[in-house]
Amino acid sequence: MPRLNATQRHRVRLTVNGRQVEADAEPRMLLTDFLRHELGLTGTHVGCEHGVCGACTIDIDGVPARACLTLAVQADGGTIRTVESLAPEPGRLSILQQAFRRHHALQCGFCTAGILMSLDCYLRDRPEPTEAELREFLGGHLCRCTGYTPILKAALEAATMLHKKRPEEQLHA
Amino acid sequence: MKPARFDYVRAEHLAEVHDVLAENGNDARVIAGGQTLLPMLSMRLARPKVVVDIMHLPQLQTIDADKGTIRIGAGVRQAQLLGWPLLSDRQPLLAAALPWVGHAQTRNRGTICGSLAHADPSAEIPLVLVALGGTIELSSRRGRRRIAADIFFTGMMSTARSEDELIEAAILPARPTGSGYAFQEFGRRHGDFAIAACAAVATDKGTRLAVAGVADRATMHDFAALDGSALDDALDAFAWDLDARDDLHATARYRRELVRRMGRAVIEEARRCRA
Amino acid sequence: MATTATTWCGQSVERVEDAALLTGRGRYIDDLGVKPGTLHAAILRSQHAHARIAAIRTDAATQVPGVAAVLTGRDVTALSASLVVGVKAPIECWPIAVDRVRYVGEPVAIVVATDRYLAEDALDLIDVDYEPLPAVVDPNDALDPARPVLHDGLGSNIASERSFRYGDPERAFAEAAKRVSVTIRYPRNSGTPIETYGLIAEYDPGEDAYDVLSNFMGPFSLHAVMARALKVSGNRLRLRTPPDSGGSFGVKQGLFPYIVLMSLAARVAGKPVKWIEDRLEHLSASVSATNRVTTLDAAVDADGRVRALAWDQVEDVGAHIRAPEPATLYRMHGNLTGAYDIRHVSVRNRVVLTNKTPTGLNRGFGGPQVYYALERLMQRVAIELDLDPIDVFRRNLVPSGAFPYRAACGALLDSGDYMRTLETALTDGGFAELRARQAKARAEGRLYGIGCAAAVEPSVSNMGYITAALTPAERRKAGPKNGAQATATVALDPLGAVTVHVASVPQGQGHRTVLSQVVADALGLKFSDVRVVTELDTGRDAWSIASGNYSSRFAAAVGGAAHLAANKIKGKLAKTAAAQLNVSPDDVEFVGGKIRARGNPDNALPFSRVAATSHWSPGLVPEENQALRETVFWTPPQLTPPSDDDEVNSSLCYGFIFDFCGVEIDRVTGAVRIDKYVTMHDCGRILHPGMVAGQVTGGFTQALGAALYEEYAYGPDGSFLTGTFADYLVPTPMEIPEPLILHVETPSPFTPLGTKGVGEGNCMSTPVCIANAAADALGVAAIDLPLTPAKLAAHIHAAEPAPRSRPTVAAAPIKGRALRGSGEAHADASPDAVWRMLLDPKTLEALIPGCHGVEKLSDTHFRAEVTLGVGPVTGRYKADITLSDLDPPNAVTLTGIVTGALGDGRGSGRIRLVPDGAGTRLTYEYDAAIGGKVASIAGRLLDGAAKIVIRQFFTALARHTGGGGKSGFFARLFGGRA
Ligand SMILES: Cc1cc2nc3c(=O)[nH]c(=O)nc-3n(C[C@@H](O)[C@H](O)[C@H](O)COP(=O)(O)OP(=O)(O)OC[C@H]3O[C@@H](n4cnc5c(N)ncnc54)[C@H](O)[C@@H]3O)c2cc1C
Ligand code: FES
Ligand code: FES
Repeated sequence: MPRLNATQRHRVRLTVNGRQVEADAEPRMLLTDFLRHELGLTGTHVGCEHGVCGACTIDIDGVPARACLTLAVQADGGTIRTVESLAPEPGRLSILQQAFRRHHALQCGFCTAGILMSLDCYLRDRPEPTEAELREFLGGHLCRCTGYTPILKAALEAATMLHKKRPEEQLHA
Repeated sequence: MKPARFDYVRAEHLAEVHDVLAENGNDARVIAGGQTLLPMLSMRLARPKVVVDIMHLPQLQTIDADKGTIRIGAGVRQAQLLGWPLLSDRQPLLAAALPWVGHAQTRNRGTICGSLAHADPSAEIPLVLVALGGTIELSSRRGRRRIAADIFFTGMMSTARSEDELIEAAILPARPTGSGYAFQEFGRRHGDFAIAACAAVATDKGTRLAVAGVADRATMHDFAALDGSALDDALDAFAWDLDARDDLHATARYRRELVRRMGRAVIEEARRCRA
Repeated sequence: MATTATTWCGQSVERVEDAALLTGRGRYIDDLGVKPGTLHAAILRSQHAHARIAAIRTDAATQVPGVAAVLTGRDVTALSASLVVGVKAPIECWPIAVDRVRYVGEPVAIVVATDRYLAEDALDLIDVDYEPLPAVVDPNDALDPARPVLHDGLGSNIASERSFRYGDPERAFAEAAKRVSVTIRYPRNSGTPIETYGLIAEYDPGEDAYDVLSNFMGPFSLHAVMARALKVSGNRLRLRTPPDSGGSFGVKQGLFPYIVLMSLAARVAGKPVKWIEDRLEHLSASVSATNRVTTLDAAVDADGRVRALAWDQVEDVGAHIRAPEPATLYRMHGNLTGAYDIRHVSVRNRVVLTNKTPTGLNRGFGGPQVYYALERLMQRVAIELDLDPIDVFRRNLVPSGAFPYRAACGALLDSGDYMRTLETALTDGGFAELRARQAKARAEGRLYGIGCAAAVEPSVSNMGYITAALTPAERRKAGPKNGAQATATVALDPLGAVTVHVASVPQGQGHRTVLSQVVADALGLKFSDVRVVTELDTGRDAWSIASGNYSSRFAAAVGGAAHLAANKIKGKLAKTAAAQLNVSPDDVEFVGGKIRARGNPDNALPFSRVAATSHWSPGLVPEENQALRETVFWTPPQLTPPSDDDEVNSSLCYGFIFDFCGVEIDRVTGAVRIDKYVTMHDCGRILHPGMVAGQVTGGFTQALGAALYEEYAYGPDGSFLTGTFADYLVPTPMEIPEPLILHVETPSPFTPLGTKGVGEGNCMSTPVCIANAAADALGVAAIDLPLTPAKLAAHIHAAEPAPRSRPTVAAAPIKGRALRGSGEAHADASPDAVWRMLLDPKTLEALIPGCHGVEKLSDTHFRAEVTLGVGPVTGRYKADITLSDLDPPNAVTLTGIVTGALGDGRGSGRIRLVPDGAGTRLTYEYDAAIGGKVASIAGRLLDGAAKIVIRQFFTALARHTGGGGKSGFFARLFGGRA
């Protein structure tokens, strides 16, 4: 690949939520800014820009990771999923999203997208997590509103429901 | 909090990496997982002129295990290694320590070698390498060399890597039969950098303890077969030698105390697990 | 007219807010589209705690392509007025530094550019000359007249001082069997919402009017402060809020100075300006709770009955007394006796200024500070009199049946049964079992403690309480302030659907859901039939100074106002319907979407039809029954201004909390493990149990953070040390146990729905409850937050014997970035030769790490440009080096000051040269202090950084003289403590 010049914008092409998209970015542009302000996917939030809060967590090439610790140009050619992809269709929520709503696992909702993306990836690989495992895994997220208890309950319940449902419908229902 | 400008090179050949490093020296930065570099860029603590991405080089992405060693390429992410089915069998100490490196979400991108390059004094991966007597493989236009972990780390975020060198791999001895390992860490919160982390390796030759978070780099000491109060005395001397400092999160005295107590606990556990 | 049975209130319905938030369709401030051409702002902030600004050079920044404007204090003072200050003192409070910086993080300049990246590039080009001044950091130091004064107009650092006396405290103390005393230092911490501040400001020169969309949360009393600062009438400052906000916990009150700043930036730039605060800015310079030093004494009878309290509070509001401070200090004033029946109280309040970030609203607002002292004191009473702490509660709680109870300082405790609530908590929470667990743990040699705390949780602030900071005479002059206007509007549309508008500015608390429940109940509708709009527009909506999201006023005041507005509409609709149903309005009921005759369900009309009548056929409705839109303003009569005796009913409602917990402290690490936590609340009537639980667990979690992890820490020089989430430690799920939540419900007689606030209580009760448990586990009397493992371990680990093999070294101070060290080196040159090198600019250039040229200003004064780097952290600095106390060729003192974008450092070292064989032995001692950005965000690096730089210097010196390269050299050189 040629050297991408610092002062110019370069075309970045990637698959986001199942669709091929492209937009321009300087090499220094963070993936968070690229998603939010270039692609208009504002569901991914920014809480710290230094990797600790987890609000920006998205699915990058199949695993949950921090969008704020990724350059847009690094994601070129990659595959990304964001919170906008979770609901099976407009007006319906996924099993995980429903569980969050039932358990009041969100208040302001600012941390929620990151937590949902983390869990969405995690529950695919690990159908029957224990509470301790979930706690540790969610240790990579900060929520200032809920005190985490309802988030853990929602995640456990969603895991159980998804486990019963699989394999046909997986996360979406 | 946005990075200053830099050029970006996604290397397609190893030689490209070497060229960028050779031509730009300290103005170039390798980007591997980016889990440390990105915050530094965004805070403008680091202001390289060019960033070279090494994550698309297939030859860096392998974990090679032969009888005696495990070679981990610079493109291997922490999560990938944790998911390697042979890990706990071949190198249980690393298997025990890796889950303490940040969070699942940062391990999904952070690399083993990136952590070695960064050389944070609290980091677990350098600690494990030092405890196990691992080596670091460096390459540049000038060639290739290997360096023992305990002399690779020269201080706070400082290593023996020259500006034009890439860390190409980390090499660990596989677990010899009849050896015992233990790892313990204490930090303020889950996923935080360690206030103190202790790794012990017990073999028929004796017991080695390595400590991170206390000195300006991971530091080890061989305790032969000492036990009882002789071991306490030796641990005390070791704790003082580490030259701990006070910081926001803990006092030097507290760190020394952790070395004495946690150190003893891991030494004993490693010996037990050998037995 | 008949009332209908409650159906929706009391149920944990699913929130109407959630579908959007769960699918990424939230509309937070940074998600909203902006007008084309909108510019982006970035702020240059002070790296110094205290310094005079000698010069600011902005030319280079202005010339960056894409930069539209650069503003400094000069521009701001030219276009605006100082923010009004809440105490009678001749001081100004600007939203940007004017000639002087007073805290790390204080805005110094604003760049407005076409995007944020560019704006930050331009910030790097602004050059500021600071003349550092000594900083005042500790509140007790601020009392010392010998210290530098922050605001010259004040003449000291005490911004306000008042003493109060209720009952006859002197006599009670004189007669008491015992005097028990505690002194506590409450630290700074903050709710730190995950979404930071954000705004988009626009100025219309044609009408001289500002329009600002922001996630400001109120109180809207600050609207007046902002309009005055902008020098416009209130109707020319239109504040709007986006539909969603990512949490506040009080903190988004502190956005208001930025509204003024960015309004001015938009005016200067001639375009709308958007600013999204980043996390580093937020941690260092938004707002935090006040830190406070309190000495609290109790006059106690032998049986533990407390007769009197004597409060001495030193409140640290930081560098400016910024509105609404000193409110943190006075919010709890009426209820300084807590949940106890104590009739005699003396209070001395001093508000001091220090070189720290100005404080502001924060969940618990004043409560954590007060209860930390009060409940530590109650534990000490039990211990010092050898009583069961529970008996001390029993002896002192306000007795059952005494409500409404007028407390000594003026609070009118509205309702409750504290005794019964206490006993229920003990029984249902399993207190006896917990004691058994403790006994067992202790028998096993474990460090296990039990803590308790009782608190009244005030809600719905009296807007007049803050005037207690003024003397009665000053209050008379200023005119009485009181009340707590809440407002709600219920509107009917042409299809008969119901919309509710409020000015409660929710920050994630589900206001839309709860108001749907309240209004649906009043009108006999499904809660999903009611839509609630909460984004506020001061240019269009009903609001008052009390509007906003604070003092837990929503359920009690706003919920109540919505209930009243709905009933007002209902009354009118009932009359219209009664005429059509041929019954008296009293016999009309609203049930299941119908308006019908009581006892004859078939005689009914659809609600929507009646509700639409005033739109379609107003002629059929008498004027007084026209029902289109009803706005209610409600203020409770109990919220009177402070009396001439300084009695103040600072809040309308007072919930009751009783918490207890069991904790175990690890003997090795000193870490606290919460074994069990029980929190009992009486928050009056509960409208939505799920949300109340959410408020309790959320508050509990923040409180646990305050107890164990979180502190906005400052070094002794005022440098800010916790500028990232890696150092300001917000708990994760790994740190948080699930508390057992219990409830008793005694409705408030003073609110329309019987509700009280609930969201702040645990921030008041939990920190001290945990501290009491830790103190019990360790058997210590004095214990301050946060309870860090190292702090607690100091009580557990036996004294450390000196090292056997080497001399003891003076320990560096625990906090702050003051670095101290010493070392020695060997040079293969005579002292004379080494001496000449140290004084020669050419040699210095070679010795100083990263030096790009030394300019000799005099024989002993040099200036240099240096690039310093530790690992990946590199920055360019200006270095100013002076040599003093010259004693050739034996000793010299080298003083260096380096300044750069990443921070500044100053260090001083004495170097001694002693002949050593053919060469020279150099010994050195240094003291260094490092501040600015690096100290805030990468404090972990600093000790190492100083060490490395100094080591490089001496390595270079040794190499220069041929002393390097020998084996063991490093060991010799730095076996000391470089
Ligand atoms: C929230 C959070 C918590 C964390 N907690 C911990 C923790 O507890 N323990 C811990 O050890 N780490 C922790 N880390 C850091 C860890 O995640 C990083 O992965 C690791 O330190 C660096 O690896 P990386 O691949 O991301 O390197 P990068 O960020 O890509 O690079 C780091 C540095 O190393 C250089 N570099 C990288 N690879 C090479 C190479 N092959 N050759 C030469 N130079 C190279 C880069 O130029 C850069 O200077 C944490 C990070 C975050 C965000
Ligand atoms: S914004 Fe990415 S982790 Fe906080
Ligand atoms: S719901 Fe507000 S931060 Fe998690």
